[in-house]
Amino acid sequence: MLYVILVFAPLVGAIVAGLFGRQIGDRGAQIVTCGLMGLSALFSVIAIFSTVGAEPFRVPLFTWMNVATFEVDWALRIDALSGVMMFVVSFISFFIHVYSVGYMSHDKSIPRFMSYLSLFTFAMLMLVTSDNLIQLFFGWEGVGVASYLLIGFWYTKPSACAAAIKAFLVNRVGDVGLMLGIAVCYLLFDSVQYDVIFAGAAAMADATVVVFGGEFHALTVVGILLFIGAMGKSAQLGLHTWLPDAMEGPTPVSALIHAATMVTAGVFLVARFSPVYEYAPVALAMVAFIGASTAIFAATIGLTQFDIKRVIAYSTCSQLGYMFFACGVGAYSAGIFHLYTHAFFKALLFLGAGSVIHAMSDEQDMRKMGGIWRKIPVTYAMMWIGTLALVGFPFTAGFYSKDAILEAAWASTNSFHLYAFWLGITAAVLTAFYSGRLIFMTFHGPCRADEHVQSHIHESPKVMTIPLGVLAAGALLAGFFGYGMIAEDGSWWAGAIFSHPDNTVLHDLHYVPLWVKLSPIVAMAVGLGLSYLFYMRMTEMPGRVASALKPLHTFFYNKWYFDELYDRIFVRPAKALGLGLWRGGDQAIIDRFGPDGVAAAALATARRASRLQTGFVYHYAFAMLIGVAFLVSWYMMVGRG
Amino acid sequence: MSDWPLLSLVTFLPLVGAAFILLIRGEAAIVAQNARAVALWTSLVTFLLSLLILANFDSSQAGFQLVEQRPWLPGFGIDYHMGVDGISLWFVLLSTLLTVVVIIGSWHSVQTRVKEYMIAFLVMETLMVGVFCALDLVLFYVFFEGILIPMYLIIGVWGGARRIYASFKFFLYTLIGSVLFLVAILVMYLQAGTTDIPTLMETTFDENLQRWLWLAMFASFAVKVPMWPFHTWLPDAHVEAPTAGSVLLAGVLLKLGGYGFLRFSLPMLPDASLYFAPLIYALSVIAIVYTSFVALMQTDMKKLIAYSSVAHMGIVTIGIFTPNALGIQGSIIQMLSHGIVSGALFMVVGVVYDRIHSREIARYDGLAERMPSYALVFMIFMLASVGLPGTSGFVGEVLILVGIFQTNSWVALFAASGMVLGAAYMLWLYRRTIFGSLTKDDLKLIKDMRPNEVIAFAPLVVLVFLMGVYPSFFLDPMAASVDNLLVQIGAAESPASLAQR
Repeated sequence: MLYVILVFAPLVGAIVAGLFGRQIGDRGAQIVTCGLMGLSALFSVIAIFSTVGAEPFRVPLFTWMNVATFEVDWALRIDALSGVMMFVVSFISFFIHVYSVGYMSHDKSIPRFMSYLSLFTFAMLMLVTSDNLIQLFFGWEGVGVASYLLIGFWYTKPSACAAAIKAFLVNRVGDVGLMLGIAVCYLLFDSVQYDVIFAGAAAMADATVVVFGGEFHALTVVGILLFIGAMGKSAQLGLHTWLPDAMEGPTPVSALIHAATMVTAGVFLVARFSPVYEYAPVALAMVAFIGASTAIFAATIGLTQFDIKRVIAYSTCSQLGYMFFACGVGAYSAGIFHLYTHAFFKALLFLGAGSVIHAMSDEQDMRKMGGIWRKIPVTYAMMWIGTLALVGFPFTAGFYSKDAILEAAWASTNSFHLYAFWLGITAAVLTAFYSGRLIFMTFHGPCRADEHVQSHIHESPKVMTIPLGVLAAGALLAGFFGYGMIAEDGSWWAGAIFSHPDNTVLHDLHYVPLWVKLSPIVAMAVGLGLSYLFYMRMTEMPGRVASALKPLHTFFYNKWYFDELYDRIFVRPAKALGLGLWRGGDQAIIDRFGPDGVAAAALATARRASRLQTGFVYHYAFAMLIGVAFLVSWYMMVGRG
Repeated sequence: MSDWPLLSLVTFLPLVGAAFILLIRGEAAIVAQNARAVALWTSLVTFLLSLLILANFDSSQAGFQLVEQRPWLPGFGIDYHMGVDGISLWFVLLSTLLTVVVIIGSWHSVQTRVKEYMIAFLVMETLMVGVFCALDLVLFYVFFEGILIPMYLIIGVWGGARRIYASFKFFLYTLIGSVLFLVAILVMYLQAGTTDIPTLMETTFDENLQRWLWLAMFASFAVKVPMWPFHTWLPDAHVEAPTAGSVLLAGVLLKLGGYGFLRFSLPMLPDASLYFAPLIYALSVIAIVYTSFVALMQTDMKKLIAYSSVAHMGIVTIGIFTPNALGIQGSIIQMLSHGIVSGALFMVVGVVYDRIHSREIARYDGLAERMPSYALVFMIFMLASVGLPGTSGFVGEVLILVGIFQTNSWVALFAASGMVLGAAYMLWLYRRTIFGSLTKDDLKLIKDMRPNEVIAFAPLVVLVFLMGVYPSFFLDPMAASVDNLLVQIGAAESPASLAQR
């Protein structure tokens, strides 16, 4: 019952605020959604404590669909993995609800906003507690729609609408992979239930499946298809283009959905399917390769952006890459550990950025900020805490999880493990550099805002700074509390994350050379030091480096031209094809040789043809009506007798 | 209760109502008022009676229930034979429900020839219910072709400017199909000596003959569905039809093709159905991809939704010919869902058309500002059309995709691409009409939905979620009949046995 309330309380809040927002007013909607979310968050704290190391169990609700052997229930799967996820989702969501009360206080549709936030939380909770693939898909699409609604929340802004549609469509591309992955699972296991699939995975280790005209290793096919879904949701290289644009949404949305929770759903999926991935080394290699590539790719773009939210968005993309290659090298628990710590410090960074934007009268361009740290000291301190955790400063939350990931990458036997390690280290330098750049550009140096904005700079109200404080505490301390997640005996998970007996990466990562252990700290120090040099001491350096490396800088600044490329090869051809098929196919060919052609021919042979035809319809009609009347009367007479 | 001729009652009650309306005399306004009232009450009572069919339906039985059989043309062995099974049951209810909905929906929007309008819809209801209950080929054919008449009239009298062209196009397509279907009926009658549907299901036809019969029926059903490339009548018919006509056209009439495949092609001509399944796959895949692209570029709201219907029905025809339990049950529930969702989407267009008298997408912008309730309703049906889990659109889609994957993974891949394309044109439509800023002067005064519109949408919204969250309510009664159908076509192969192959 506790878990049912935990999951469904946000839904109730969403419905009440959404449908009766006008009746209960702004304040009422805030109280209802925050109250129910608070309840859920409270229960999620109980949940994480009671699920650690506990046996999985399921809470069945009712039947969803049941066709032949395709049996799907609405049910909650409660185990250590869903326990951690429920905690991350509910806990952070609650504080973001509270923060939104302050952040959105000037908006005219507060109930709608609170309703969407709660709706998102509900869908995300359904996703992480799903006990079968179809329910996972429900949550998966549900968070997608909530994200679509929230990105497009300010629907009068054309850029917001475009970003909302883009997010939904790019995700849908990934969803095709996920859906086909579900179909393969059903083909192999005759079920979409996790229990059945995980129990049967070992037996399928050598099975093959005939799909798409070839015979392939079955679990590899499953792994790759599911990962394509994960790539869409978690904005991995190739399907990442929607995430930066999603920053069009209000900042609390960016913090909750596009940093802390929804985008990590892909990592959750891979960890949840560890019993399958453990038997699919090729799929794991792909996960590691894409993850590591994304980590470095997004970091290079983050170096060059000026929009404060976009820098953090690319940072998120890059950190998600870390989580994926952690899973790829077999250290699923390290991936989830990073997911959990990242949720705190990245939400903190976004909310901090929101507080800055709020103070700067909705300015997001870092070139128009600077020197404001004295005016908003609380926000400044919070941003530093988030930054230190992100770059992995010793004893902050990010330090533990990023270290574990990089060490695991070194120690693993995955064919891409060194690729992942070196790219991971390089990305760590870049991360530290762009994080420092963000802090220095935003808070230090001369203030580049105009007079009017400067006179309005103010610290945010308590309702915003208190959630920041809580998240900052998490960003500092979450590492200690979650360290048990990567214990090598896996006692935290009690089987919720599966490791093949041959997979000893969690053991081996403690026995890496000293320089490997130290390299993340060195990377961090180099990156932060360089950014201090560039943006505090020698402020002409960035411009000089940028012009010296002009082609590279332009390439990074324009995000590797992915948007332009996709517009060229997908969007424009699609429109041209649509127009061509309509005008050319339907009108010029089918109609011309079909009905219109026949009509023209008929007209040519007999000028009265069309009139005859029309006449015929009415004759036909008349005859039919008489027939029906006859039928009825006849039936009434005979039927009685 | 059970010895009442319940099916005949439901079928012919609307006709009685129509007769009453015919008798109404007097001042135009009063006639209109009374005609509306009689039509509403008749359709409501009919709907309630049709619920009794559901109440008396035994889900555990595979065969036909509530059967009525009396000699009709004794010399030819043709009977008046009615009955429902798990396959037809829901279509009967869909027809009776949608009739009520369109009568409420057009309460204010139709002001000319109200009397004739209501009569046309009640006659239409009789024919729609009849076609799904008929268990004799001749009887079926009478209803099947008879439906076209009120539809022609609705388009022709209350339709738009190019109605003659549209109905002519429709006529040409259906004429060829109908003639061939009639020939098929005659051949079957000559071969088997009966037109009784349950008997014909037990009859085995020569394999070569099956193929010819199958093609003849295909001609008729493919036009109705409509399958590519027989679809070009649909956008024109929808554009010219009044809202209520579009709702029934999309909601019920398009389902006749799918129903025909399930009722005739599969059980009576099983070998030919398996033989021609690749043809169906090919045409359906083309339909999904092709019409989705075409829908993307439409500038007329109704045309866009009409093209989306072709794409959605493409998924349905794939499901029917999977042929396995997932695909077939999925296709039935997809047809029900499409009937509700696309019907509702046409009503959504009708709401703004009544106010602004334009179907041009570019004519609208930022409606969310003035019409929040409308925006919500539109959003729900838009998402259901996209196949969002939790709405009715998802259940059929997932069952069909998983079902066809067991048979042919390539078809599944192409069908799944519809998930992306379908989302593209629907979201874009929504963005261009509902989102954005309200700049046009007359839109600044546009009013949100009227009470009658809210009442008309309410049951459809409830059903979209009921079917999405608890589809078992709809799937369970059809299970036995579908299993029986699979036995008849000898394709009751379980997915597991396929996997081991």
